[in-house]
Amino acid sequence: MLELRNVSKIVGSETHIGDVSLKLESGTLNVLLGPTLSGKTTLMRLMAGLEQPTGGSVHVDGQDVTGWPVQKRNVAMVYQQFINYPTLSVYENIASPLRVAGVAQSEIDARVKQAADLMQLGPYMDRTPLQLSGGQQQRTALARAMVKGANLVLLDEPLANLDYKLREELRAELPRIFAESGAIFVYATTEPSEALLLGGNTATLHQGRITQFGPTIDVYRDPADLTTARTFSDPPLNTIPARKAGKDLLIGASQRKAKLPAGASSLADGDYTVAFHPHHLVLKSPGAGALKFTGEAAVTEITGSESFIHVDVDGARWVSLVHGVHTIDVGARVDVFVDPRRFMLFAADGQLARSAQRIAA
Amino acid sequence: MNKTWNNKAWFMVLPVLLLVAFNAVIPLMTVVNYSVQETFGNNLFFFEGVKWFREVLHSDRFHDSLLRQLFFTGTILAIEIPLGVIIALAMPRQGIWVPVCLVLMALPLLVPWNVVGAMWNIFALPDIGLMGYSINALGIDFNFTRQPVSAWFTVIIMDVWHWTSLVVLLAYAGLRSIPDAYYQAARIDSASAWAVFRYIQLPKMKRVLTIAVLLRFMDSFMIYTEPFVLTGGGPGNTTTILSIDLVKAALGEFNLGIAAAMSIIYFLMTLLVCWVFYSAMMRGEDE
Repeated sequence: MLELRNVSKIVGSETHIGDVSLKLESGTLNVLLGPTLSGKTTLMRLMAGLEQPTGGSVHVDGQDVTGWPVQKRNVAMVYQQFINYPTLSVYENIASPLRVAGVAQSEIDARVKQAADLMQLGPYMDRTPLQLSGGQQQRTALARAMVKGANLVLLDEPLANLDYKLREELRAELPRIFAESGAIFVYATTEPSEALLLGGNTATLHQGRITQFGPTIDVYRDPADLTTARTFSDPPLNTIPARKAGKDLLIGASQRKAKLPAGASSLADGDYTVAFHPHHLVLKSPGAGALKFTGEAAVTEITGSESFIHVDVDGARWVSLVHGVHTIDVGARVDVFVDPRRFMLFAADGQLARSAQRIAA
Repeated sequence: MNKTWNNKAWFMVLPVLLLVAFNAVIPLMTVVNYSVQETFGNNLFFFEGVKWFREVLHSDRFHDSLLRQLFFTGTILAIEIPLGVIIALAMPRQGIWVPVCLVLMALPLLVPWNVVGAMWNIFALPDIGLMGYSINALGIDFNFTRQPVSAWFTVIIMDVWHWTSLVVLLAYAGLRSIPDAYYQAARIDSASAWAVFRYIQLPKMKRVLTIAVLLRFMDSFMIYTEPFVLTGGGPGNTTTILSIDLVKAALGEFNLGIAAAMSIIYFLMTLLVCWVFYSAMMRGEDE
């Protein structure tokens, strides 16, 4: 078990990591989700012992390891860049941590073979990294991290530099590999979809602070605050300011009156932020009770199976994620619909006041 | 199919052709011309075939100059490449000392060649030069104008002073291009400092070091000004390397045929060694 207690890292006047407390159990997969520069890499370096915290402490299985150099901790790390020894063969690359540890040759053989088979590197053992494709180079780095039998395996956006197809392939394999080892896995990514695909637990990071930590699906469904909800939404979350007055919700600058969604009646009157995911903003009414907004189309991005329609509604810029190809002229008037049961309400201080209702499709 | 043929585009190549002709082809052909003829002055020339080449290739004088040249080049490469790498490794990777170190390193490269020669000449004088005087004060008999060993020592140390910086700058550039993640990965693997150098830094510096060796080889093989100003090839002939010998033959003795033949042999040797070097190192790269 790895435990961070009030860990912070302050460099000069900049807070890279601010007061992070986190408990990671052995045999779990933990995703660090946050945009670039949110502190994912720094947090991983603190976990590994590559950097020392300026405040707080790090504990492994109850033992305080703060200040221990990385060599004394049993960790492995895989980077976004493909890091291998350039002149050594794939075999020697995978074997390198075992050689340093002084493991017997027969055991090295066995362990390297096992890791290489897991990573499907069998036929390439004699090649050097430069003779491999990007995917194979990263598999080599992953195998080197596996073979060590580390308690803590840190993966810093390991698939970011791979092309789409390889990324899909490796992402599908990784959970299986994680399951076979009893280590703590920490996986940093900027992509919400990657966190959801990997499952496990997710910690959302924002400006060096953990905004929420819990099972990935729970964090996605019930974000503790607006920042977490924003971090966990791609395309960006749709928001609009609103005011609760009695049994009414007055939405946007135009004070569009809507019935208060269920479960919100107990909330105090005052200012809130309404938020909902882009795929809940649709072009056809999803049924009775849906709210209709009329806006002006700004940009339409078409991926083929889906279209992202950016609409300016009542002073806010929303994105509608809909199936199929929709071509809408810039500046055209568009009617968009959202079921108010999908609304998340956030209080003025950003805390979640009401979750979106789960509706069976 | 009707196609209009217009060859006027060839005129576009003309400026380049003229430039190359005047700065490379014509001077080279002049030398080739001299190398196969004998002259007795008054612009009277007689064709001699390969006589001069045969003479040069069989002369002890040329062999000795060539050996001295190889000794010089070999020695400075053996000193400057490792020394340059060591200094580059010792230089700070970040912080305010980086520009300071870089400027200090680049300074010797900015000194004109004949100034370097003159500087070291005075510096090494046994009576008034700081280095010459100091060495003598230590009880070592040092006089570069009289003793071959002292002369060689001064010539080599001068070249090391002048040109190690180039190797340092190239090696440093190579080191800086290594992503920090490599060093972290090595630390996580508990790799030793030697392993980091041997398996990360050296392979990553290989390309720039190839260039460094090549540049230093070519420059040192053709070096003239600095040793000429420092020792003039002396004492006697002991530091007469190829270029100094060539100038002596051409301008001192006015042996145009011999000098021209020497020039061509000299040129072909430099070209050949560079080509062999480059292809050998690049082949190593592909493997």
